[in-house]
Amino acid sequence: MRPVHLFALILQNRGMAIRPFLCLACLALLGYFAWNDAVLAQDKNPYEGNPEVAKLGEYQFRLNCAFCHGLGARGGGRGPDLTRAQKRHGNSDAEMFHNIHDGIPGTAMPAATNGGIGVGMSDEEIWQVISYLRRIQVKAPAQPGGNPEHGKQLFIGASGCSTCHMIQGKGGRLGPDLTTVGASRSVEYLVESVRNPSRRLAQGILEAMKEFPEEYESVSVVTADGTKLSGVLLNQDQFTLQMLDTREQLRLFEKAELRSFETRRESAMPVYDQKALSDKDLQDLIAYLQSAGVQ
Amino acid sequence: MTSLGRAVSVLLAGVVSSGLAPIAPAQVTAERLRESAKEPQNWLMYSGDYAGRRYSTLDQIDTKNAVSLAPKWAYQTMAGGKFETTPLVVDGVLYATGADDRAFALDARSGRPIWQYQRALPPDVRPCCGRVNRGFAILGDKVFLGTLDAHVVALDTKTGNVVWDVGTSDYNKGYSITLAPLVIRNLVLIGVSGGEYGIRGFIDAYDAATGARKWRFYTVPGPGEPGHETWEDDSWKIGGAPAWITGTYDPLTNTTFWTTGNPSPSNRGEGRAGDNLYSNSLLALDPDTGKLKWYFQFTKHDEHDYDATQVPVLVDDGERHLIMQANRNGFFYVIDRSNGKLLSATPYGKVTWSNTKDASGVPIERKEASPTLTGVPVCPGAIGATNWMSPTYDPKTKLFYVTAREQCDIFSTAPQPYDPGHAFYGSAYFPNDDAEPFWGALRAIDPATSQIKWELKHLSPSWSGVLSTAGGLVFTGDAEGNFMALDAASGKIVWHFQCGASVYSSPMTYAIDGKQYVAIAAGTTLFAFGLP
Repeated sequence: MRPVHLFALILQNRGMAIRPFLCLACLALLGYFAWNDAVLAQDKNPYEGNPEVAKLGEYQFRLNCAFCHGLGARGGGRGPDLTRAQKRHGNSDAEMFHNIHDGIPGTAMPAATNGGIGVGMSDEEIWQVISYLRRIQVKAPAQPGGNPEHGKQLFIGASGCSTCHMIQGKGGRLGPDLTTVGASRSVEYLVESVRNPSRRLAQGILEAMKEFPEEYESVSVVTADGTKLSGVLLNQDQFTLQMLDTREQLRLFEKAELRSFETRRESAMPVYDQKALSDKDLQDLIAYLQSAGVQ
Repeated sequence: MTSLGRAVSVLLAGVVSSGLAPIAPAQVTAERLRESAKEPQNWLMYSGDYAGRRYSTLDQIDTKNAVSLAPKWAYQTMAGGKFETTPLVVDGVLYATGADDRAFALDARSGRPIWQYQRALPPDVRPCCGRVNRGFAILGDKVFLGTLDAHVVALDTKTGNVVWDVGTSDYNKGYSITLAPLVIRNLVLIGVSGGEYGIRGFIDAYDAATGARKWRFYTVPGPGEPGHETWEDDSWKIGGAPAWITGTYDPLTNTTFWTTGNPSPSNRGEGRAGDNLYSNSLLALDPDTGKLKWYFQFTKHDEHDYDATQVPVLVDDGERHLIMQANRNGFFYVIDRSNGKLLSATPYGKVTWSNTKDASGVPIERKEASPTLTGVPVCPGAIGATNWMSPTYDPKTKLFYVTAREQCDIFSTAPQPYDPGHAFYGSAYFPNDDAEPFWGALRAIDPATSQIKWELKHLSPSWSGVLSTAGGLVFTGDAEGNFMALDAASGKIVWHFQCGASVYSSPMTYAIDGKQYVAIAAGTTLFAFGLP
């Protein structure tokens, strides 16, 4: 509901009779209209279709966004592919402006003005970036060529993905939750993650003020009593280690008390080559991941 | 100061060290600042002494008992963002600043606040890299603060009331101040931040009593001044070269040493052909007049954001009067401080931007390291082999300790018109995805050989500075939130405490009633540790 309508309704219903109050109300109403205009100005890209503005936006994008979203907005290790029309947090002008201007709570996406990444953008510069993103947006979003139903069967069945990955609350815990991965990562990224999972490890916990997130590294430890455990690293520092073992048990250690430990920049996920998963099946699987993310 | 005043201050210092609480705090005089070594219980300036060594002769906490260090108090600023302050402590009172130009005075024994100050900042200040502040300077009954809207403010030490407030430059054009000022005699010296906004950098001196500006040294020379010819056309007007880290001072020669940051735009050399003096330089200035005595430029015509804004540490080695700096560009420099002559430049981390030196031994950029449209990998990356976090020099071990970072970046460039107050990088840089994860280390460099004697590997790069003490310890923090004490000789960790947030500050130490404390800022909290 537009707030101005609500306000008009209140005025009507209260049958304003007292003059000074009415004047105050008029002033408030004027203010409200001004405010509403400002909001409206943020609803629609004033530079829509302007190629020169899009070019400026490309430079702004390099300065402020490419660090996470990659040089061509195809998605980096941190940020999603922005060339796709389906965006998890909305693709309208208003939604994109809001997401860039204010950041997205609960994600690594900062507000454009906080100086956290890049150097901040004015409203005009945000519209430049949106113009750029519109220009490079894939015109007809590639329809998933695969069969999502079959992909789902592979995910929870033959391919064993759900042993370690969850989608919408179902599955294992050793790997990252994949509910939204199809909506936020490029197809290339998804293919690489399946075919060569160790090339870029998925990101785990990112602590406030820490520059880099923990990654899904593999870990094996030998405890003081000689017990051998392996699993996925959840976090570590100079002195302690937190892991999930292969039986999904949390294990928390002081490094000094372990007989030995080793962390490896290798994914615990097996490599799915052509033999393990044909190109056709991979396409189906990706179609499933993409459909799961927008449900 | 009168001889009576001097006697009183010596008496008070004696009272403090003999274990009795002082009756009333003595004022910090210019003489006390110069003779700071005589009162190790106090921390009178950003780096602890004029030499910038961040070294303390306090030795109560040592390699044997550090294992029992415990928190004594914590003070919460509740201001988010990076907490970069180094507190001052004078006769039992601690003065520090926080993010967003907050400031406070505490009872340094209990952490209880005496006064608090919040700068009313305009909503559109333009700090490039966080709403940070690194601390106060002190003289007499005033502490001095540089603000994000580019003012210098003097606060009353007893109340936090504003005594004077002067503007230095236009924050709308990207000028800001984040460093702790440096007081020399009756002058408050500051430098400006804003290398990402095409500012024209400067170093200023203000009368501590009135706030009247006494001199300004532009770090980018104007028409007719020497060095002006190192800029193409009008590029000097927006040449950058900010001075955003506190300088040091040699009272014997009455010379103050300041360092400067990148030329603007930081990662695009096109349009500013030449060496771009005095960007990325060490400047030797007369503190009374601001006149340049000599300069040394670390990175000529920089295109990789290699600000030289690391504390230039003064070290005397027998007859040799030296300046040591572990520079952001990856080289450890030893310089003769009488004339600015380079004695040695040796990599202390991975360096690929330079593979040759000129006739005087100064590392020179490799052509192929110049940023391109598609990007070129270069080491160190844009954050540098180190950054602004303070190093320390320990005269007992004769080692120089620095927080180092191993990260290469891909540097790409994009043409960008200058627009006052808007980001002006002319470029972008990205982490190199194919590289091994970035890591860091605390490195102990032996300046006699420039070789690394030991290193403590950090799991990820740290932004913590380093403190050394006569107790045979160095203190530092890490990105995982640990604050640690190490054996200065071997690098072995002897104690640690989990602060709960990455450390973006440099430690300091002080004593009250004969008890030594070590303080560090992390997250939104200032911690003080001591023995049980």
